[in-house]
Amino acid sequence: MDARTVSALASLARWLTDPANWQGSHGIPVRILEHIELSGLSVLVAVAVAMPIALYFGHTGRGGFVAINVANIGRALPSLALLAFGLVIAISLGLGLGFWPTVFALVPLAIPPVLTNAYVAVREVDRDVVDAARGMGLSESQILRSIEVPLGLPLMLSGIRTAAVNVVATATLGALVAGGALGRFIVDGLALQEYDQLMAGALLVALLAVGTEVSFAALERATVPPGMAAIR
Amino acid sequence: MKRGRMLVAALVAVAVVASACGGTGGTGGAAKPDVIVGSTNFYEQITLGELYSQVLEANGYKVTRKFNLGAREIVEPALESGQIDVDAEYLATLLAFVDKDGTIAKPTTDPKATQTGLQKALDPKALTVLDYAAATDQNGFVVTQATATSKSLKKLSDLVPVAKDMVLGGPPECPQRPFCALGLKNTYGITFKDFKPLDTGGPLTITALDGKQIDIGLLFTSDPSIVAKNFVLLDDDKHLQLADNIAPVVRNALLQKDDGTLKRLLNSISAKLTQPELNDMNKQVAVDKADSKVVAAAWLKKQGLIK
Repeated sequence: MDARTVSALASLARWLTDPANWQGSHGIPVRILEHIELSGLSVLVAVAVAMPIALYFGHTGRGGFVAINVANIGRALPSLALLAFGLVIAISLGLGLGFWPTVFALVPLAIPPVLTNAYVAVREVDRDVVDAARGMGLSESQILRSIEVPLGLPLMLSGIRTAAVNVVATATLGALVAGGALGRFIVDGLALQEYDQLMAGALLVALLAVGTEVSFAALERATVPPGMAAIR
Repeated sequence: MKRGRMLVAALVAVAVVASACGGTGGTGGAAKPDVIVGSTNFYEQITLGELYSQVLEANGYKVTRKFNLGAREIVEPALESGQIDVDAEYLATLLAFVDKDGTIAKPTTDPKATQTGLQKALDPKALTVLDYAAATDQNGFVVTQATATSKSLKKLSDLVPVAKDMVLGGPPECPQRPFCALGLKNTYGITFKDFKPLDTGGPLTITALDGKQIDIGLLFTSDPSIVAKNFVLLDDDKHLQLADNIAPVVRNALLQKDDGTLKRLLNSISAKLTQPELNDMNKQVAVDKADSKVVAAAWLKKQGLIK
């Protein structure tokens, strides 16, 4: 490593170990909590919107193609534009700056992976199993609840995992519209030309995203139904 | 300052300036030289350009308007080279621009001293800065009318006893900048309860102040929202901010062709241009979307400068 890299890493380490940066309403713990709160709510809203649609179309097997393609628009819309749009809406509704405009930008980003995976998860459940259940007299909602959702759960969770990781990494945008969360370190670091703060912010976001990924992967493994785990 | 407003449409502006070349012919009346009035590219500059143009036209000058040329990086060289003859400038910012290292003079918080320093820096460029107005376009701290009333705030030093319960909002770099929170602390001894990072005199700060998410915000002193939202601009009574008073800058060549009327007319505008007057015009143009030509004409009539 050359001298500049070493000194940059040293100043990053100094910033991260400075007790002043771990205290108060602008400290790292508060920013991490804000980041989790912001990302968590955005993913929850996305799940609440996408899941019923995915389960309905997945179960009936009709119109899923259209639903997935409509949801995929969320992937194409630039988050920055959604953020600006969300800011205008939040101001007009009196919701203030920061939090809600960012949620508005993050939800459309989270919907496509949740919807697509949940739809595919339900469709991929072995049709013989579903037909057998129907033959045994289970109602359509019973089939969905006791057969399709449990068997598809690992794949559904994998969709939520993709959404959550995307959202955690993108929630940094909120700092542009006066939000809190870890993006604050990046935006303020740039404004103040304090590159140790900027790098620390980026590093913390990356760690949080990796942490999200790992937690969801563990959750997916834990939710594989015992019978399916044996097949695999 | 004003960086945000200086998005340079460089190519367009260069083209406009180029097309203005050779328009300085003195073929008008014997004692009335033709004048090209220029401006940079935001609403306040265009209104100021209209004020200068209309007062000259009303007194028999043939005026060509070259507005919206771009940032100062375009307009100042255009003035030096004679592609324009006069424009409205800001004392401290122009001084820092023409004398970047401060070898001739450094901008100060005193407008008179800054003007004297600026003239020294402009002498080698054959330019003259005329009288400055009371109106400025510089950093200013504003509160809502309700806050001003309840805490009886008129000037920045009024904040000293109450600031510990107030949240300041401004650009993210504010806490460490001498013309923002750091300056308030060092010059006035003011420390706020908290600081909320927002933007540089933009919509975030205005909305946060309006929505009571902050108690005091940093805006530019001529921001139209001060009038539109009925904000109160606190007087910088200990002179923290550099003097960015508005003043016309004219080419010496033009002044030499003239009998002194032009100088008198432009100075008569500066004499009447107070902060509330400027902010009111800015609000009409930027918020109410009125035509700057009409706004300028109405103001000049009201002040008795044109008929």
